Amino acid sequence: MKMKKGYTLGLSLYLVFLLLPVYWLVVMSFKTNEEILGQLTLWPQTFSFDNYVTIFTDPSWYMGYINSMTYVAINVVITLITALPAAYAFSRYNFLGDKHLFFWLLTNKMSPPAIALLPFFQLYSSVGLFDTHIAVALAHCLFSIPLAVWILEGFMSGVPREIDETAYIDGYSFPRFFITIFMPMIRSGIGVTAFFTFMFSWVELLMARTLTSVDAKPIGAIMTRTVGAAGVDWGLLAAAGVLTIIPGCLVVWFVRNHIARGFALGRL
Amino acid sequence: MIVKIKNQKALWLILPVFVLVAFSSLIPLMTIVNYSIQDIFDVNNAYYVGTDWFREVLADPRLRDSLVRQFGFSASVLLIEIPLGIGVALMMPKSGRLASLCLVVLAVPLLIPWNVVGTIWQIYGRADIGLMGSALTSMGFDYNYASDPVDAWLTVLVMDVWHWTSLVALLCFSGLRAIPAAYYQAAQIDRASGWSVFRYIQLPKLKNVLVIAILLRFMDSFMIYAEPFVLTGGGPGNSTTFLSQTLTKMAIGQFDLGPAAAFSLIYFLIILAVSYVFFTTITQMDKER
Amino acid sequence: MGWMAWTQNTAIFFCCIALILVVMTLWELKSPSLERKGFLPMETTRGDRLFIGLLSSAYIHLAFLATTQLSLWIALAISVGWLLALLRWG
Repeated sequence: MKMKKGYTLGLSLYLVFLLLPVYWLVVMSFKTNEEILGQLTLWPQTFSFDNYVTIFTDPSWYMGYINSMTYVAINVVITLITALPAAYAFSRYNFLGDKHLFFWLLTNKMSPPAIALLPFFQLYSSVGLFDTHIAVALAHCLFSIPLAVWILEGFMSGVPREIDETAYIDGYSFPRFFITIFMPMIRSGIGVTAFFTFMFSWVELLMARTLTSVDAKPIGAIMTRTVGAAGVDWGLLAAAGVLTIIPGCLVVWFVRNHIARGFALGRL
Repeated sequence: MIVKIKNQKALWLILPVFVLVAFSSLIPLMTIVNYSIQDIFDVNNAYYVGTDWFREVLADPRLRDSLVRQFGFSASVLLIEIPLGIGVALMMPKSGRLASLCLVVLAVPLLIPWNVVGTIWQIYGRADIGLMGSALTSMGFDYNYASDPVDAWLTVLVMDVWHWTSLVALLCFSGLRAIPAAYYQAAQIDRASGWSVFRYIQLPKLKNVLVIAILLRFMDSFMIYAEPFVLTGGGPGNSTTFLSQTLTKMAIGQFDLGPAAAFSLIYFLIILAVSYVFFTTITQMDKER
Repeated sequence: MGWMAWTQNTAIFFCCIALILVVMTLWELKSPSLERKGFLPMETTRGDRLFIGLLSSAYIHLAFLATTQLSLWIALAISVGWLLALLRWG
């Protein structure tokens, strides 16, 4: 029993270590700048929503969130539509170069975006997509599609192929079988994949920043650029940061049991 | 394991994915190869220079330094995060509401945009307005991540531990959960010590998960960019400038297309080799199962 | 395409790679290769050995550039030899 107490203590310490920086960010977002720079307080003396009001009333701020949301949503849709059939093919069939294609997808997830930054800019400018949401969504497909294919393949491999064969014998066509029978069977897998596609697109900044200038600028880029105009507005920065954390926290509860599988690219 | 059927038509199902990914991956890659052997001023002024850029880049001490720094950082990250992650996973409750809560709290840092992670630690570590910074200062440490290279490097390391140890912990936790209760009962009957339970029951079961964790952590730490960029801007000096940042500085800051492209290719080759080892290891593991 | 800054040499290079891939595909269609164990530590198919060969060739070239002033044709000759050896015995 003594061991268990040690465990609880250790775990609590670690969780405090995890949450303290986040707590500090949240607390700071409710403080006024005078208080932030004045003295160190563990709890806001004057609880102020000013920072949030600024963000929600100033288009140059809230448009950043809308832009990010837009390209992330487009990215999730494109990724799911294309990755579902591909993952099915990888999980069910052998074909020429299947292993190599699968590996090639993985390398795209693993490559640092920094490698291809310049050609990216020129590629998307040359097809006239620069500074559009589509451009960022397509660029993010570079890592979100491999991720989705890997996770979905893991889930699909858990469905016995007898089900497919029975359906084909019963006269189902492939699209009808896939949509009415197969997809409902792996719906938790699809949910998890959507979550991870969303997440990885949401946290990425380098590509999104490179491919946009005004109309589709993501919130991350707005945060870094606003800082330093007239000193750093710490309260505003903290509030903007808090708002970027919220989407993930809202949905993480639903995928908590599959989260490890998602981060492991479906290999568990 | 599903027995797969040979069917070349399945390639058609891959086609959309292939086209989309190839568009953003093969075209830029080809362009980089083209850039790497030319001196480019603008579209109409490009001169063929052969392998000069490669020689220059391979001999450049700045790049070699950042490569060494990168490997040092990735190694430190692995050395801290893997044992810590295993430890956290072992300490977690096995099931129930409390376990779910732990999972969610652990996941929080993983869901924060990478630049915001930088911002959080920037605020948290400052001596004037940050909790950690002021706590360390009041304890008598001369801590300032903006001016002292060692402090900066340590802060980036702690930040990465904060950010990613959860990943290792989550993977290990789901690995541990897959161990049947009968194993533990058998160990109890044999009066096995806590250590031998870990060494002979838990660790072998964790092997597969750990391979994935190690390789993922290596790859991600190898491309770290936004967090140190926001926190320290790569400084003071170059103490926290890692590969990705050196590269973006060259390509976008100084617009040295040729050397940047040559450097990208070398960087890519390293990634490719490591990815291949990763891929081969996990396909072998799948086969053994 | 102008921005991609093609040169004759890179065009030839990529054509060669594409040609190798096409030839390997046709060969594979004609006589599918089975996994086997050679001097490499794991079982490989022809495609795996080709990939390992190409990747290590790139490293051979880089090693030449980093350490010597010798002509890259020597590195190329070594790489081709290594690639063939790998395909045969790997």
